[in-house]
Amino acid sequence: MTSVRSTDHLDPATPRFQSGTRRGLPFGIAVFLISLSFGVLARPVMGSVAPVVMSIMVFSGAAQFGSLAVLAAGGGAGAAIATGLLLNARYLAMGLALAPSLRGRPASRAAFAMTTVDASWAAASRGDGTFDPWYMVGVSVPQYIGWVLGTVVGVLVGPAVGHPDALGFDALFPAFFVALLLEEVRGRRRLAAAGGGAGTALVLTPFVPAGLPILAAAGAALVASRLRS
Amino acid sequence: MTAIWITIASLALGTAALKLAGPLLLGGKPLPPNALSVVELLASALLAALLVVETFGKGRSLTLDARVLGVAFAAILLTRLAPMIVAVLGAAAVTALARAIA
Repeated sequence: MTSVRSTDHLDPATPRFQSGTRRGLPFGIAVFLISLSFGVLARPVMGSVAPVVMSIMVFSGAAQFGSLAVLAAGGGAGAAIATGLLLNARYLAMGLALAPSLRGRPASRAAFAMTTVDASWAAASRGDGTFDPWYMVGVSVPQYIGWVLGTVVGVLVGPAVGHPDALGFDALFPAFFVALLLEEVRGRRRLAAAGGGAGTALVLTPFVPAGLPILAAAGAALVASRLRS
Repeated sequence: MTAIWITIASLALGTAALKLAGPLLLGGKPLPPNALSVVELLASALLAALLVVETFGKGRSLTLDARVLGVAFAAILLTRLAPMIVAVLGAAAVTALARAIA
């Protein structure tokens, strides 16, 4: 066993936070465009204030698009909430993974954990199962700003844009995940986890409620962890 | 309108609970080595699942539409080391173009 990384104590928080924000800047631009399309789509369904409040309070692409789709199709709050929470159920797994890397009082651990979003969590992974919390906060900040600003702009310009799918905006979100995935997948076991996760999600999508296929994909990580590296 | 605000409040609280459960319940205790090796692979599995659901998903069904072309174009750009934002915008452009032609 190697000793616990002591760099957390030697390396001050500020430079790690700053290098995180630099890393997060392109993510912020990408999520600005994605949330712009959310604002455009949400305005006819939710009015112009609620989408912005939602982006401020929920800050989650998958859950916001998923619950919006339910509401737009005439579904009730119960179905919209269930869909959104299932789509975010992966945060439970991500939180469990992150937990041992968070130190200090519960309030401080909670504050770090609240800044978790997909791109930051993946970027803050050190590759050995541990995470850099200050780096993660840094990567999240430009994304939060981009997410909220994009929603505001989307709500404002919405009527002029028409349907954002005509502009190919629905390809922004998956393209963002391609970029995150290509940075992440290094080596045979990660490739196996990615392939297994994608396969699991594809096979389950027609049969179970939205979100569960993504959560179930975590099982692929379990299987791939048994492979020799 | 009430349904919308109930949805927003519930998703805000529920998402926070999902993010906080692990760190508050586990505390700072280290994970056993077996669990660590799973954690190390979790991002690859979850990101790949999100990718295919956002590319092929349409509600509870799977579909092939212009998104696939855009996402494939983004992947090609990224493997040729294009900046992420170029690739993401390229995906939208190719998807829009394919829809305009079709």
